[in-house]
Amino acid sequence: MCLGVPGQILEVKGDDPILRSGRVSFSGIVKEISLACVPEAQAGDWVLVHVGLALSKLDEAEAQRQLDDLAYIGELTAAAKEAE
Amino acid sequence: MKYVDEYRDPDRVRKIAAGIAGMATRPWTIMEVCGGQTHSIVRFGLDELLPRTVELVHGPGCPVCVTPLELIDKALAIAARPDVIFCSFGDMLRVPGSHADLFSVKARGGDVRILYSPLDALKVALENPERQVVFFAVGFETTAPANALAVVQAQRAGLKNFSLLVSHVRVPPAIEAILSSKENRVQGFLAAGHVCTVMGYEEYFDLCRRFRTPIVVTGFEPVDILQGISLCVQQLEQGRHAVENQYSRVVRREGSLEGRALIEQVFEVTDRAWRGIGIIPNSGYRVAPSFASFDAEQRFDVGEIRAEECADCLSGLVLQGVKKPTQCPAFGGRCTPETPLGATMVSTEGACAAYYQYKRHQSEATP
Ligand code: SF4
Repeated sequence: MCLGVPGQILEVKGDDPILRSGRVSFSGIVKEISLACVPEAQAGDWVLVHVGLALSKLDEAEAQRQLDDLAYIGELTAAAKEAE
Repeated sequence: MKYVDEYRDPDRVRKIAAGIAGMATRPWTIMEVCGGQTHSIVRFGLDELLPRTVELVHGPGCPVCVTPLELIDKALAIAARPDVIFCSFGDMLRVPGSHADLFSVKARGGDVRILYSPLDALKVALENPERQVVFFAVGFETTAPANALAVVQAQRAGLKNFSLLVSHVRVPPAIEAILSSKENRVQGFLAAGHVCTVMGYEEYFDLCRRFRTPIVVTGFEPVDILQGISLCVQQLEQGRHAVENQYSRVVRREGSLEGRALIEQVFEVTDRAWRGIGIIPNSGYRVAPSFASFDAEQRFDVGEIRAEECADCLSGLVLQGVKKPTQCPAFGGRCTPETPLGATMVSTEGACAAYYQYKRHQSEATP
């Protein structure tokens, strides 16, 4: 129910904060999505969408940091295994 | 797909699972609050990758499952009216009311429509000015901004034929109820990432401190869930309790300011009954007095409906993590997704339906 799906904004329409919307692509399937909760989001940005409303702009740098952290954990586990 | 595939990578999943196994020296019980996470865990078999010492129990975070019987009965009464177009998310249609479900109202000629968004219900209202359009506004904080936005847009457009039947629930009071219960065995929580996308996680600091319980804001993909568990186990092993954010690519500490403002404008906090569990203080939203004309409960005067739960269904205990679905005598026999006795067997995010769908009834012995 609280499913959120990442999609990429192709085009932004309107500038009234309550009515602002955008065409958002979900792996090629394009839907009209409200951008009322992501005033900073622009075409090209990735947003998390839930029931027709974008809730958050995805933070690419944070995503990369998390994946780098995971790679580091992986190295640590491998090193620990070797030490055993 | 970007932001999905890298979080389903089997190699990363195995590495984190191995890390948890290396870390856990004692038995720990962790609850994932959200039904979407329960579904991911059972679907990808994540619980089976964990060491035996780390047990996951499934929480009450399925809005379809906790919508009280009384509200389903009110929905049925409103949907049966000839002047109404009743709009809902698809998974509410098979939730059993006292005597029927929304599908059977539709089969008898009721105009019941499945929509993807409350904003689509607004379009239906614009296209059908002579009919009343009601949207069944269920969901946690995640869904509340979209429902609030629909009301604000309806007011802006001067619509007189649009209203919400609201059964919104809030997560933090449910966590507090679980931690306060004498039967509680949960030692750490994975907080629902998309609820926090809207609300942020400032509300959790107080809960974490008072109950000395780790709370990790966690996403929905396999890598996210295992990383959330890993952070939680690490805290438990070190005797710490803190609020941590695993899902930082989406969730900010303060959440969505615009989303929260919409909720505050249109809704107010109220006590709410959770199906199978009972009333939890301050655990829901209802339409605020200034938007009363958009409240279907007031518009259609269905206030007096009272209902009794099916006595055989243990879903209340399942939703609080006290029992597993397989411990219910009706599971897989009298109760299946085709003939559900309780709402946890209906929604794909309900623990009973997730266990049934992924064949847990064959592999798991009933303890
Ligand atoms: S298996 Fe059916 S009857 Fe048993 S707790 Fe789940 S929904 Fe209720």
